[in-house]
Amino acid sequence: MKKTVGLAALAAVLLCGSAYAQQTSVKIGVLTDMSSLYADDTGIGSVIAAKLAAEDFMKAHPNYKVEVLSADHQNKPDVGTNIANQWIDRDGVDMIADVPNSGVALAINEVTRAKNKVFIASGPASSDLTGPKCSPNTVHYTYDTWMLANGTGKAIVKTGGDTWFFLTSDYAFGHALERDTAAVVEKAGGKVLGKVRHPLNTSDFSSFLLQAQASKAKVIGLANAGGDTINAIKQGAEFGIVAGGQKFAGLLIFAPDVQALGLKTAQGLTFTETWYWDLNDGTRAWTKRWDKERNSPGKLPSMNMAGVYSGTLEYLNAVAKVGGSKDGKKVVDEMKKMTAEDPVYGKTTIRADGRALHPAYLFEVKKPEESKYPGDLYKLKATIPPDEAFRPLKDGKCPLVSG
Amino acid sequence: MITIFGIPSAALFGQLLIGLINGSFYALLSLGLAVIFGMLNIINFAHGAQYMLGAVAAFLLLQWTGIGYWPALVVAPLVVGAFGIVIERTLLQWLYKLDHLYGLLLTFGLALIIEGLGRNYLGSAGLPYTLPDSLRGGQNLGFMFLPNYRAWVIVASAVICFGTWFAIERTRLGAYLRAATENPTLVRAFGINVPVMITLTYGFGVALAAFAGVMAAPIYNVSPQMGSELIIVVFAVVVIGGMGSILGAILTGFGLGIIEGLTKVFYPEASNTVIFVIMAIVLLVRPAGLFGRRA
Repeated sequence: MKKTVGLAALAAVLLCGSAYAQQTSVKIGVLTDMSSLYADDTGIGSVIAAKLAAEDFMKAHPNYKVEVLSADHQNKPDVGTNIANQWIDRDGVDMIADVPNSGVALAINEVTRAKNKVFIASGPASSDLTGPKCSPNTVHYTYDTWMLANGTGKAIVKTGGDTWFFLTSDYAFGHALERDTAAVVEKAGGKVLGKVRHPLNTSDFSSFLLQAQASKAKVIGLANAGGDTINAIKQGAEFGIVAGGQKFAGLLIFAPDVQALGLKTAQGLTFTETWYWDLNDGTRAWTKRWDKERNSPGKLPSMNMAGVYSGTLEYLNAVAKVGGSKDGKKVVDEMKKMTAEDPVYGKTTIRADGRALHPAYLFEVKKPEESKYPGDLYKLKATIPPDEAFRPLKDGKCPLVSG
Repeated sequence: MITIFGIPSAALFGQLLIGLINGSFYALLSLGLAVIFGMLNIINFAHGAQYMLGAVAAFLLLQWTGIGYWPALVVAPLVVGAFGIVIERTLLQWLYKLDHLYGLLLTFGLALIIEGLGRNYLGSAGLPYTLPDSLRGGQNLGFMFLPNYRAWVIVASAVICFGTWFAIERTRLGAYLRAATENPTLVRAFGINVPVMITLTYGFGVALAAFAGVMAAPIYNVSPQMGSELIIVVFAVVVIGGMGSILGAILTGFGLGIIEGLTKVFYPEASNTVIFVIMAIVLLVRPAGLFGRRA
């Protein structure tokens, strides 16, 4: 008898326990580059950002349980697709975030579309994600090639840099960035004198730099990213590119890249980003939180990581609004109706083609003597309002946008 | 202006010179690999990681102790070479009697561990390291601007390559070493301490990799993955030259640098594949490599 009572009590406790755990669970997969050239611009820093967003959301919505998974796509579309399929089919992942590398992102874009999940593309750059390849399940969060080209290209042509030569990373991202920048340069009255396409992860740029030098173009546009950009600028200094009167336009540069170059080499570089840790009190406070979790002194969060945070938070809020629905399209539709505001990215709206709109900033790298404290890297040159920063809706050729 | 295949000759000379400079890096790295394989029969897959350690050591020396480029050129290879000796004594020495594959797997594993640790502690974006002041600037050669640092790379690499070749092929010490690879028991009978010699040879090969790393630090991005990006190419160089052939490694290194340089002008997209195409052709025609002896 005693035993039966005990068992019944135990069963009751267990039942209560499970009743208490009757929460809506949401699973987020941060698919990123953990080990290669984009790992410091995204990687573990992005995973931390997603966790911070989950933490903040759960504080406001205790009835939700948000779990964050992460994996390394190794910059290979096939590896990324496999992971995404497994996550969705086996682990019940609802949303995939980050995904630096446009090649992988375009593949994930199709996976989430086919399986009706959500893709918060905060890492990739290719503007095709909201152009011909746009999807009702994708929100392109942080930035894109059109925005980088428009911000940096316009500003440089305006200051007299009207002849360009491109060093382009030979894959989807580089091609898109080169195409978008060339269009901006030509529209502003400039001329593209030539280009050379180099393989991803090139360590020696001297041959390409000589070709750029021989072109006599005033501006050498770097349509590449990460280690490739760093190598090109570092070796450009050695080959007297800047001393010879030519100028580099880094089209995609993150704060960790500037740190890797050192201010002495990077000073004077002009480029566009949508976020910088030292922008305002909100970004500084968030950076402090991030830094505590990252626990690696001297590391700075990039705009991509901030994008993972804000994008994830906005996604979670939309999920709560639609009552925890697992229907990816429905959640994204809800996101498009909302105006999100958080201390990291400020006010953000999402357009019909999935493009997130927020201001973009034109930055210049400080001279070593202007840098007052560790991580003090940029001078803000101009703020580009959201409607000018991103490609007009009608120019994108997105099939979701009729007319 | 005279043009060759549509490219102005001046530009072509520039590219040839650039190819030669890159070739000197390949030569320096493949030299260490060839020494280690030729003398120890170990396929040292950790070579790229050791090259990276050289560059990182240069960065850390500057950061922690203020030791600049020139002293680092000596100190970093010594430190990394000593690390190599520890690896040889504790791990590699047990593998000499086994198949090559074991050494390859062990060193490959080591490379992954070293790179992983590097990423964990240093991140992957890279570490800043600037040119030494004494080698800033460059010369205008008329057909191209030659940075002083690149000129120094060619000279240093040529001297080290020649010195190593001379020491192994033309001196008494080199003769002992070569004899010890052929028949260690007999050489021991002459009163020569073969294990110590082998250990030091591995240490030397690793130090060569680290030296190349320090040479690379001011011009390439210093990051944990810098070695793995280069090591595959360097292996192709060694295979084309003939595994274990020191002269082969040096000449192929310079030669392939030039071919790669030309590819970067005529068809840049293929510049990271051209070496492997050549490797495939060479393996079909001469399986032992251009300078290799058939075992």
